[in-house]
Amino acid sequence: MTVDPSPGHTEVLSFLEPLNVALEPALAGLHARLARDAQLTHTLDIAYRTVDSPVGKLLLAATDRGIIRVAFELENHDSVLQLLADTVSPRILEAPSRLDDAARELEEYFAGTRRDFDLILDFRLSRGFRLNVLRHLPRIPYGNTASYAQVAQAAGSPNAVRAVGTACATNPLPVIVPCHRVVKSDGSFGGYLGGPEAKRALLTLEAAA
Amino acid sequence: METGQAASKKPFEAVVRERGATVLRVCRAILGVHDADDAWSDTFLAALQAYPDLPVGANVEAWLVTIAHRKCIDHLRAGARRALPVEQPPEQPTRLGLPGERDTELFDAVAQLPPKQRQAVAYHFLAGLPYKEIGALLGSSPEAARRAGADGVKALRAAIQTRASLVHLSSKGEIQ
Repeated sequence: MTVDPSPGHTEVLSFLEPLNVALEPALAGLHARLARDAQLTHTLDIAYRTVDSPVGKLLLAATDRGIIRVAFELENHDSVLQLLADTVSPRILEAPSRLDDAARELEEYFAGTRRDFDLILDFRLSRGFRLNVLRHLPRIPYGNTASYAQVAQAAGSPNAVRAVGTACATNPLPVIVPCHRVVKSDGSFGGYLGGPEAKRALLTLEAAA
Repeated sequence: METGQAASKKPFEAVVRERGATVLRVCRAILGVHDADDAWSDTFLAALQAYPDLPVGANVEAWLVTIAHRKCIDHLRAGARRALPVEQPPEQPTRLGLPGERDTELFDAVAQLPPKQRQAVAYHFLAGLPYKEIGALLGSSPEAARRAGADGVKALRAAIQTRASLVHLSSKGEIQ
């Protein structure tokens, strides 16, 4: 005799086994359809996708206002999505089409054929001085660097060098908003969300192109 | 971290990945393979819409099954409305099961069940809903829901056994 508390359950599931026919391909198609329908009915608050890059897999997320987040693998994509669910909206789906332009521009950037990004960004994750700093960063030209002190000065608060460091370290839109171009006054790289190797790779890429 | 998890809701993508298969099985059991896709889509689009209002810590699967239950009923009613009486009904493929699949008989067996039995079996055995909640969904008592589930299982078992004996007969003399 079996000790299974519900001996009938396994048996019934075996009766219903045919319901599993081609379940996975059906679900893949249904997911794509859901992403499309959600987009059309404006129920998708955040669409995301991942792209491969020389600095690892990047997560790209966009609201209907623009790109809200770029994240390195090092940041843990699941945690990043959970944080977006907590702070913006849990209506999140993997829906690549909203990020087609971003994916293409990033691909061109990593191929060395693009110097500036022409994308609409949603800066709602940043506020105050940090937002000031982020808005200033694209003014550092491709292939150049600026020190934290220079950025502090340019952002109108010459004494806020440390705050510039924080703004860069919490940049929700790395690569696109080029915080990797901000380095220490002595020329050393300083920290980076994607790890020091990613920062080195980006600066090397820009120097070579 | 644990307190953070308790106070937050997963991205909807995780809900689709974790529960999508169960909801599709339930829709297939109620409507058959073909119409199940539409009911699944309606269910998850409605769920996405309502997701921000779902209380944190709510039973997500039970919530989804409740929505799927209503969407499946909508489809059954729409199907009944579409079915205008004609003098010579056109030949129709079964809407349950994949043609040519060896398990078509089984889909038919599920399809032969009265709706309440089919729903009770699907909600209890596929989605793990207790009979108390199933009774509430079906507008009957928990006991009646339990009975419908048991009767459904009995009917399925009988259909399976009939099929098994047929298969046994037809394969007689064949070398395995």
